[in-house]
Amino acid sequence: MTVDPNVSGSTAETPGTESSSPETPGAPSKSAAAIDRARAQGRAALICYIPAGYPDVQTTIDAGIALARNGADLIEIGIPYSDPVMDGSVIQAATTEAIANGFRVSSIFDIVAGITAATDAAVLVMTYWNPVLRLGVDEFSRRLAAAGGAGLITPDLIPEEASQWLEASQKYGLDRVFLVAPSSTPERLARTVEASRGFVYAVSIMGVTGTRTAVSSTAEQLVADTRAAGAARVCVGLGVSNADQVREIAGYADGVIVGTALVAALRDGGVPALADLTTDLSSGLLPAGTEAH
Amino acid sequence: MATTPAASPQDHPADAFLSGATRPAEGTSIDAAAGPDTGTRADGAAGPAARTGSFRHAAGPYFGSYGGRWMPESLIAALDELEETFEKAKVDPDFLAQIADLNKNYSGRPSLLTEAKRFALHAGGARIFLKREDLNHTGSHKINNVLGQALLAKRMGKTRVIAETGAGQHGVASATAAALLGLECVVYMGAEDCRRQALNVARMQLLGATVIPVTNGSQTLKDAINEALRDWVANVDSTHYLLGTAAGAHPFPAMVRFFHEVIGEEARAQILEQTGRLPDAVCACIGGGSNAIGIFHGFLDDPSVRLYGFEAGGDGVETGRHAATITLGRPGVLHGARSYLMQDEDGQTVESHSISAGLDYPGVGPEHAYLADIGRVSYEPITDAEAMDAFQLLCRTEGIIPAIESAHALAGAIKVGQRLTADQADPAETIIVINLSGRGDKDVETAAAWFDLIDAETAAEASAEAVIRAADTAADQVSAAASGTPSHAAEANRRNGK
Ligand SMILES: Cc1ncc(COP(=O)(O)O)c(C=O)c1O
Repeated sequence: MTVDPNVSGSTAETPGTESSSPETPGAPSKSAAAIDRARAQGRAALICYIPAGYPDVQTTIDAGIALARNGADLIEIGIPYSDPVMDGSVIQAATTEAIANGFRVSSIFDIVAGITAATDAAVLVMTYWNPVLRLGVDEFSRRLAAAGGAGLITPDLIPEEASQWLEASQKYGLDRVFLVAPSSTPERLARTVEASRGFVYAVSIMGVTGTRTAVSSTAEQLVADTRAAGAARVCVGLGVSNADQVREIAGYADGVIVGTALVAALRDGGVPALADLTTDLSSGLLPAGTEAH
Repeated sequence: MATTPAASPQDHPADAFLSGATRPAEGTSIDAAAGPDTGTRADGAAGPAARTGSFRHAAGPYFGSYGGRWMPESLIAALDELEETFEKAKVDPDFLAQIADLNKNYSGRPSLLTEAKRFALHAGGARIFLKREDLNHTGSHKINNVLGQALLAKRMGKTRVIAETGAGQHGVASATAAALLGLECVVYMGAEDCRRQALNVARMQLLGATVIPVTNGSQTLKDAINEALRDWVANVDSTHYLLGTAAGAHPFPAMVRFFHEVIGEEARAQILEQTGRLPDAVCACIGGGSNAIGIFHGFLDDPSVRLYGFEAGGDGVETGRHAATITLGRPGVLHGARSYLMQDEDGQTVESHSISAGLDYPGVGPEHAYLADIGRVSYEPITDAEAMDAFQLLCRTEGIIPAIESAHALAGAIKVGQRLTADQADPAETIIVINLSGRGDKDVETAAAWFDLIDAETAAEASAEAVIRAADTAADQVSAAASGTPSHAAEANRRNGK
């Protein structure tokens, strides 16, 4: 399905909220801007996840910079959490190690600042909700914005529980990336799209993070449904691990999110291996002028 | 769902918990501020019930500022389906008749209310009555909830149930209900708990369930819940998550309570019949809070009845090794609900510790958090040592071996009895009901080691075998997960030749 990215009123020049939500005052959406830059080049965006503090804070900064220099348009830094219910064994092992190595939540702001100082990539933080609550939603948001962060991806927060976050993200001009799933009803899609800012994260399959040999066909339908619910930018993640899968998803989504495969590369070969895989993944992004755009 | 309530009204004063080493100063804890023993609610007449109307049948999703649905979007549709099915079922005479029939003819309800006369001598001479959930089929209150939820699973057309278990009681109950109703059953159990409760692992397997030991994190109940949630996300079409306590995302807290309300209803009628009046106090242990909310519910609107929940104090709350969530935790979100939570400064869940696997959980059901804040229920910690003393006392004075979980309620009741009878001419005027949530068969090995009846090495050897077998299953599970098989358990079953 071809969707004009500008029908909703968001444009590449003034990237903003998802279509049906009111324009957010303050800074324009950094995530939307990054996706739109890729779109202007006729391709989908590459969004790369790594956990913070794995194995230490400096490596995460170096790794984030390497991601950006090798083709990542957006970077997701995950906060290691004691109870990561949406993560499979590879990411669990990495975040458990980060915590064991003494990771502290406040270092996330140093990591974000370190990456944004050196690159143009939009840097999002992916976090389960309790660490944000514990620091205070407003305080967390203030410090994230000050560090140059783009916003938050929130795997265990639904819009119904997000009133504090809606307020704080509005105040500091941060993106709110909520998830939609193949199980989401049309009503829920509409509500989630409306609450989102920057892009909507479409979960490719019913499951947790981890590499999968095939991308499920439900993802394409979910992207179409999410667009129909009013989303201007929909990115697909969960289970994407190689350039072929990136190419397939880039054919219908605005961005492709890769996590586990990168974490495994970082684990096995450090930052150089991470950089190589990122280059390879970005080769799967559609060239200009193909069917999706 | 209702709109989100305002942010935390008052964060728990017990920041001291974060150091894991200090108790809150006198007068700052919830118990001290609102507990009946310190005067604010002494006569009960001015209790919160008088101000706010009935506390019974709270429907959720919120209990004050607690509860809600802090869950991945992938699971919201399943929670909605469950809520809808439950709301219809609870007013459906057919469903209620089915439950009543199973309770009576399968579980053996009503459970007895037994006066414990010799035990009572150690509780200041108050009259003590035990609500005998230990006599239920499968040995604990857990059966009440699993029968209800398994029936709902069938109504939803699901063919598979998954469960987490700590002590193994909920796992055994789930396996039992699954066998009875012809459902596939997979139980996630922390590897540490598999060791502590080796007999229950075998019991679940005998009942046809697959037990998957969980080796992540602290290898106890919270990690088993995480793993069950991961399974649920991947298999939600065919699978109902049979959560074992009154915690988690809406509708679980209100629904699990509904299935346990029978405990309080029976207990209230029985105590009226046996003594002609309401008790002065009702005591229960708190893991996630299901047995407690079940019995409390019968008395929530009786302002003269003081309600006490006893949390696991482990080695002592001052040591940091405990599971006294309400006493020392602070509000946060875990496993789908906002409630009190044992967490560090970064919001990471802190590992809990208790001799009792069923109480070894760093969270607590949201309705308890609310009842604590408003002062309707007092929550206090009981140490491992206090619980084991009470365990032995009940064995020797009444000929009843309690679950170690329930022994926390017994130990608490001893303290409450002594306090309430302190300046009474006739202590027998004071009546206390204790929810004896389960029997201690599963705990014989732990108790025997505690009391040096067998040498600890023999006990360790006895359970090593079970752990080895459990580890085999774990290896299967890991490879199933790595290969991207949607159902870890289906894979494990296949490998086990089931
Ligand atoms: C006998 C018994 N009592 C109490 C509990 C604690 O659970 P809850 O607080 O939900 O009643 C358990 C949990 O396994 C148990 O087995």
